[in-house]
Order: sequence, then C-alpha cells, then structure tokens
Amino acid sequence: MPISRGFRGRRRDDAPSDRVPPGQYVADDFPVLSAGPTPRNPLDEWDLTVTGEVDGLKRWTWDEFCALPTESVTVDIHCVTKWSKLDSQWEGVSVDTLLDGVDTSAEYAVAFCDGGYTTNLPLEDLTGGKAWIAFAYDGEPLDPEHGGPARLLVPHLYFWKSAKWVRGLRLTPTDEPGFWEQNGYHIYGDPWKEQRYWGD
Amino acid sequence: MDALMLDGNAAAGLLQEIFGSEMTTAVGTCDGCGTAGEVGGVRLYRGAGLAFRCPHCGDVLMKIVVAGERVWIDFRGLRTLQLNG
Repeated sequence: MPISRGFRGRRRDDAPSDRVPPGQYVADDFPVLSAGPTPRNPLDEWDLTVTGEVDGLKRWTWDEFCALPTESVTVDIHCVTKWSKLDSQWEGVSVDTLLDGVDTSAEYAVAFCDGGYTTNLPLEDLTGGKAWIAFAYDGEPLDPEHGGPARLLVPHLYFWKSAKWVRGLRLTPTDEPGFWEQNGYHIYGDPWKEQRYWGD
Repeated sequence: MDALMLDGNAAAGLLQEIFGSEMTTAVGTCDGCGTAGEVGGVRLYRGAGLAFRCPHCGDVLMKIVVAGERVWIDFRGLRTLQLNG
C-alpha cells in the first residue's frame, strides 16, 4: 500500500552515522505532529503528579515545579515519521528529581497528558539521567504546539514517547500500552533498532 | 481554530485504499456523545499515526496507523459506522 509517510527532511550526507539511526533523515526545522488539539490552559490550573504504585500522591504546582533544580541538555531526537533533529537544546527537570525519595515496586510508567494522550515506558528508561520534564526549547519557553508548558523528553526513544503537554507519571507494575502503542506502534521504540511498529 | 487540524476529507485516499469504497460520506456515530456525522467532516490530526476526532466532543473516533502493507485501525470510539455504498 503506497502511502506517504509525510515529512521528508533533507538527507544530510555530512551527518555522522553514529548519530542518525537507520531509516532517519536529518531535519533542520522542527516539524509539529499531534494526535489532538493543542491545549492552552492557564498555568495556575497546571500541576504535575506522580501517582500509581507510590506511597501517596506527589504533586507540584507550576510554581513549585519551576522551583525544582533544572538541567540544560543538548540531545538528538528521532521521530518515528523518520525525521531526526540533532543538537536540540532543552531545559527541564530531571525525572530523577521528581522520583527522588519515591519508594515504589513499579517497573513501568504511563505518562499522561492534557488532551488524554498517554505513552508507556519502563521506569529504568525514565531514570538514571535519561529523561526530563522539559519546559524550554532553544532558550525559550516551550511553545504550546511543541508541548508547552511542559513535555516529557526521552531522547533515546522515538519521539512519540516524549509526550507533549505531560501532566504526570503513573507508576505501574506492568507495561500498559499507551495511545499509539495500543494501535500498531512498538511497545518500547528504540530508534537504533528501528522499533517502529509491532513486531519490529 | 487549531492550525494542525484537518478534516476527514484529507484522509479520503487512504480510507478508500483501506476500505475499498468511498468513505468520506459514510456516517459515523461517536461513542462518547452520540453525535452522528459524515467521516469527511470529522477532525483529523496527524501524529505518529492518524487520529480522527469527533467535531462535537473531541473524543477519538478512530486511529489508523500504516506501516507499509500493514494497517492498524482502532474503532473503539465509533458506536456505528454506516456505509452508503
């Protein structure tokens, strides 16, 4: 079935092969993909929570979240629609910071978002300095179309795992497929193994 | 108006390929709010796959993911889909 996958970035021959996973193109722009309308809720109604297999809910208002220690990270990101963006610059709060002191037997998490989007990840992919709740991109507050006020950033997995408009993490004992993982997309999504779809 | 939003007509070719008939005039009923309307008039968003949403309540009516010859279709948000031949 010859169906276009859409976005076609420029194949950059000078891009180092150890930074561009198989089947990806380097994009100079930052394409916007979305499974739903862009939420634009007031920040005084925003909060971030860690729920599920934890002793009591952890919750931060926007002001409390902004008071947490932040990190600046420069990472390559890889969208399953085949564009990659090198050296993208973000600022965010490490998920390690959010989970500091959390005692849990959970091995997985579901990120949940404004608009109902969800995505699932092993907890070990969210910890150990591998994931952030990002609130700034390229030195500016994160644009709503790119997930602002805050999105999950998990650069070592395909970018659909970096859920836009994230509002929390639900820690789970089992791996519960999210919005796209229920419908064809890979449960894990390692771009270096081209884990795009079920069975990859 | 959300700049990323298309309507169901934008997926007319894909739907025709999958179902083998004209689908934009098929009538879907949202399982969330019960509203019925033509597929061509629903809201369409393009994420990792395609998400068709009810123009009245915003619930997801249908998701389609295409990977070469394989296609996954999630109909859980549709109470019924009336094909008009």
